[in-house]
Amino acid sequence: MISFEALLAQLMNGLAYSLLLFLLAAGLSLIFGMMDVINLSHGSFFMIGGFVGIALGGVMDNWWLGLLIAVIIVAILGLIAELSLLRPMYERGHLDQILLTFGLALILEDGAEWIWGASIQSLRTPETLSGSVEILGVTLPGYRLVVIALGLLLAGALWFILERTRLGAIIRAGVSNREMTSALGFNIPVVFAGVFVFGVALAGFAGYAAAPILGVYPGIDFEVLILALIIVVIGGLGSLTGVFWVSLLIGLTQTFGQAYFPAFSAIIIYVVMVAVLLIRPQGLFQRKYAG
Amino acid sequence: MRVGVILPYSGVYSQLGEDITEAMELYFEERDMEVAGRPVEIITEDTEADPQVGVQAARRLVEQEGVDVLTGAVATPVAYGAIDLTQRDNIPFIISNATGNDATRQGAENVFRVSASSFQVSNAMGEYLVNEGIEEVVVSAADYAAGEEMSAGFVEGFEGAGGEVIDTVNAPLGTNDYSSFLTNIRGQEPAGVWSFYAGSDAVRFVQQYSEFGLEAPLFGTGYLTDADTLEAQGEAAVGVRTSLHYSPDLDNPENEEFQSSFQEAYDREASVYAVQGWDAAWLIGEAIAATEGDTEDKDALIAAMEEVEFESPRGPMELDENHNPVQNIYIREVQEVDGDMAPVVLDTIEDIGDPGE
Repeated sequence: MISFEALLAQLMNGLAYSLLLFLLAAGLSLIFGMMDVINLSHGSFFMIGGFVGIALGGVMDNWWLGLLIAVIIVAILGLIAELSLLRPMYERGHLDQILLTFGLALILEDGAEWIWGASIQSLRTPETLSGSVEILGVTLPGYRLVVIALGLLLAGALWFILERTRLGAIIRAGVSNREMTSALGFNIPVVFAGVFVFGVALAGFAGYAAAPILGVYPGIDFEVLILALIIVVIGGLGSLTGVFWVSLLIGLTQTFGQAYFPAFSAIIIYVVMVAVLLIRPQGLFQRKYAG
Repeated sequence: MRVGVILPYSGVYSQLGEDITEAMELYFEERDMEVAGRPVEIITEDTEADPQVGVQAARRLVEQEGVDVLTGAVATPVAYGAIDLTQRDNIPFIISNATGNDATRQGAENVFRVSASSFQVSNAMGEYLVNEGIEEVVVSAADYAAGEEMSAGFVEGFEGAGGEVIDTVNAPLGTNDYSSFLTNIRGQEPAGVWSFYAGSDAVRFVQQYSEFGLEAPLFGTGYLTDADTLEAQGEAAVGVRTSLHYSPDLDNPENEEFQSSFQEAYDREASVYAVQGWDAAWLIGEAIAATEGDTEDKDALIAAMEEVEFESPRGPMELDENHNPVQNIYIREVQEVDGDMAPVVLDTIEDIGDPGE
C-alpha cells in the first residue's frame, strides 16, 4: 500500500536530487553549448569546490561567505587553465580537447589527493539549515530545500542572462559566427574566457553545494563527470533547457525507481540513456547555439 | 626471508593498505628486521582492490620474487584469487582483512585469517538487539556479496534470538542519494535499523540518516563508523552502535602498548586494520621463530602457524581448525570524546567463532 504522504515524500526527494543533478551538469553543458569545448575536467573543479569549501569551513563560520570564496578560487583556477591550456585548443578538434582536459582531470585528482588525502570528507551545513522542515505531513531536511532553491535560482538566472541580456546576445553571436562578431568590435577571446570561467565556477558552486550531501573525496570527480555527461548527452549536447528537464527526468526516475523497484536502481539511469539514444540519437532537446 | 604483501595502496581503500603495512613494519622493526637470525624483507604490491590486478600482483610475488609467505587482501575477490594461486605451491597465505566467509570455510591448509569472517562480525549484534528490547528492525545493506554475507549473519543471530526483520531495503554500492531508501525505512516505523555500509557509502548513509531525522536507533557492523569515516560523519554518527572484533579504546595491556608504539611511530591512532596487520606479522614472525628460520619445509611452517599463540591488541584470539580466529566481538557506541567522535566499548561478547559452514 503506497500512501499519499509516501509519494509526496519521494517526490520531494526526487526534486532535491534532480536539482542537485542540474547544478552539477549545468557548467559542463554551458561550456559545450557556448564554446563547443568538451571539458572533461568538469568533475575536478566540482571536487575542488568541495575541498576548498571544507578547508574554509575549518577557519570560518559563515557558510555563505565560504560558498562565495570557494567559487572565486575555483574560478581563478579555471581562468589559469583557460589562458594556459585551453586557448590554443579552440581551433583544434574535439579529440585534442578531450585528451587535454582528461589529462588535466588526472593531474587535479592526484593533486587533490596529495593536498587533502584519500579519505572522504564532509562539509557541515550551517545550523540554520540543518533542521528538518515539515510540508503537508512530509519531513524534509532543510538543506534539501536549499538545494531545490539554489537549483531553481540558477536555472532562472542562466536563462535570463543568455536569452534576455546584451551579454547573452554577444555570446550567442560569438558562437554562431566568431569572425563576424569580432569584426563588430567585440573581443571574442575575452568573451570565451568569461564563458569558460563561468562554467567552471558553476562546477565549483555545485561541488560546494553538494558537499554536505555527497561528501568529497578524490574519485568523486569522475563519478560526477560521468553523471554530468549522461545528463548532457540525453538532454541534447549543449542545450541548457535540455539539461534542466533531463535532470528532472533522471532525478525523479532514479528516486521513484529506488523507492519502488530497488533491485533495478543501479541501472535505471543507463536504461533511460540507452532508450533516449535509440529513439532520439541527438538527445531530447536541440542544441541552440554552437555547432 | 621474504614476506610478500598484496594490498591496495591506491584508490578508495589505500588507507587500509597503509594501516596494515605500517603495523607489519612496526612489528618487524621492533625486532630489528630479523627473525631467528634471518633478515626479513617485506615486498609490497598494489592490488588497487581489483581482483585482476590483485591476482597478477600475487603471481608476481610468488613466481618472480619467490616469497616465503604471502599476506594481505583487503577485498574478498582478491583473497579468493590469491588462495587459488598459493594453494598450488602450498605457500602460506595470511588474509589480513578480507571477510568473505568461504575464504576459510573451504578449509585450505595453507590459508590463515587474522581479521574475521563476515558472519562473525555481524552475527552477535542480533542477540544484543533483542536483549536491548529491539525486536523489529529494517535491514539495509550495500547490494553486493559482502553486504549479503553481513546481512545474512546478522539476520541469523537476530531471528535466532526471537527478533523479526520487517523489511530489507538494500541500496546499490556507490549510491549518491539515500533519500528514497530512508523514506521507505521511515515508513516501516521500525524499532531499530541494522545496516552494512563501508567507506564513502557509510559516510553518506549515516549523514543522510541523521539529516532525515529518522527516529529509530541505527546499528551496524564496525565499518559503518570506522576511523576513516568518523571524521566526515561528525555528529551525525553519535549514538550509532556497531559490532567489531576491535575497538581502539580496549582496556588491555597489549592494546595500550600497541596503541602507544603505533602512535609514536606514525603519529595517529591505530585502526582495526593496523591491528590485523600487526597480528599477521605476529603469526608470520612467531611461526618462523618456531621453525628456527626454516621456510623451505612449508608443511612444517604451516604446522608452526597453527601453534602460534597470539597476544593481540584485540584481546583473546586463537585459530580454529579452519585457521579462522575465535575472538571477542565488541559492541561499540560512537560518542564525542574530547571533541572527536570515537567508538566506545559498551559490551563484550566473548569467544565468537565462525560456524565453519
